[in-house]
Amino acid sequence: MSEQQTALVLPTSHPRLPRGVRLTHNEAQGGWVLLAPERVFKADTVAYEILKRCTGEASVDEIVDDLAKAFAGAPRERIHADVVKLIGGLADKKLLEL
Amino acid sequence: MLAPAPVPAPLGLLAELTHRCPLGCPYCSNPLALDDRASELDTASWVRVFREAAGLGVLQVHLSGGEPAARRDLPEIVKAARDAGLYSNLITSAVGLTPKTLTALADAGLDHVQISIQDAQEKSADHIAGYTGASARKRALAAEVVKLGLPLTVNMVVHRANIERIEEMVELALGLGAGRVEIAHVQYYGWALKNRAALMPSREQVDAAVATVEMLRAKHHGRIVIDAVVPDYYARFPKPCVGGWGRRSLNVTPAGKVLPCHAAEVIPGLEFWNVREHSLVDIWRSSPAFNAFRGTDWMQEPCKSCALKEKDFGGCRCQAFLIAGDARVADPVCHLSPHHALVADLAAVREDVAYSYRSS
Repeated sequence: MSEQQTALVLPTSHPRLPRGVRLTHNEAQGGWVLLAPERVFKADTVAYEILKRCTGEASVDEIVDDLAKAFAGAPRERIHADVVKLIGGLADKKLLEL
Repeated sequence: MLAPAPVPAPLGLLAELTHRCPLGCPYCSNPLALDDRASELDTASWVRVFREAAGLGVLQVHLSGGEPAARRDLPEIVKAARDAGLYSNLITSAVGLTPKTLTALADAGLDHVQISIQDAQEKSADHIAGYTGASARKRALAAEVVKLGLPLTVNMVVHRANIERIEEMVELALGLGAGRVEIAHVQYYGWALKNRAALMPSREQVDAAVATVEMLRAKHHGRIVIDAVVPDYYARFPKPCVGGWGRRSLNVTPAGKVLPCHAAEVIPGLEFWNVREHSLVDIWRSSPAFNAFRGTDWMQEPCKSCALKEKDFGGCRCQAFLIAGDARVADPVCHLSPHHALVADLAAVREDVAYSYRSS
């Protein structure tokens, strides 16, 4: 059952975690987790690197630039696709505001 | 020799702060005999329990009851959860919770609020809750939650009296500004079992309700999250109750007893430990009740050789006991259970009798 992404992620969107969604580290759970109403998501390295930049300060474009700088070698289009996919999916679940 | 399988780290803690509640809902899943006020854990004990829970790996604490706002120290309890690094979820009837207290809870670091609403029709809602004016208060408090910027979930417990109004309930939740709505069919434990014949919907109603939820999910995708708790008396496969016994969550009663699930006390012969005598870590790892059905070694056929045994964990132990009379057999909801026909027999008993209300 695949759901179509409905949230529109623009280069100028400023994604941020809304109140009630928190990114936390828990040793016993083995890393970074995104906590939300009745939901827990384990964040892998890619998700963590994207999510920690979703503070409402940076635009999607700036987040992609920053990631491209931090992970030199990864093609920008690829990073952009990962960012849009993660952010759009989370926005649909109301775990991120655009 | 084989080393014992490592004990998993739990994710959630259900903190039943009190059994006191202003409502009398006939589907209440709390036990028939409630803990009284004098036996409730004090603030300092909850502070310690939260700290120990976080150390164990717990990420979220669900502050429940009864009505948690019946405790005057609720803001301190919320702060303790936050200080321990836990995500706090207040599960409230909204009756007896003032806007002033709600603001104090938000300031203390509360993460999320869940309000129960009994029906989209106010008169019916108040009748179900056994409390005149409850519905209006709930709607008013929901507005306060949204005003404070806290995320809101509306929880609707579904049964024969309101099952036709799921669409209206979701509309109501949207109108109130909820980001999430839970459509939870009654689970027949505790007090709800007493009212089973008065609450049980028909198969046709349940099938229509499931289709309605699917339709609403597609219609409101991206606007509101709709979670559904399935009505298991009409299911062919059992629910993975509490995500597996002693695997993902634990439950602390008002008096400090630690249970693997909310209803576990109905199972005879289980030995529960209390946070007054043991640390939460010891209880999670070593208490007899938690180890009774942990993993898959306790299973019999048809569970033992079932391909789904790591998915549904044999279903619900309490239901196996309540319906089949033995907590070690497959949940009779499973179509492979030799007791499966009993479930259909029970679901067929539907009587339009007056609810039996809790009077506390």
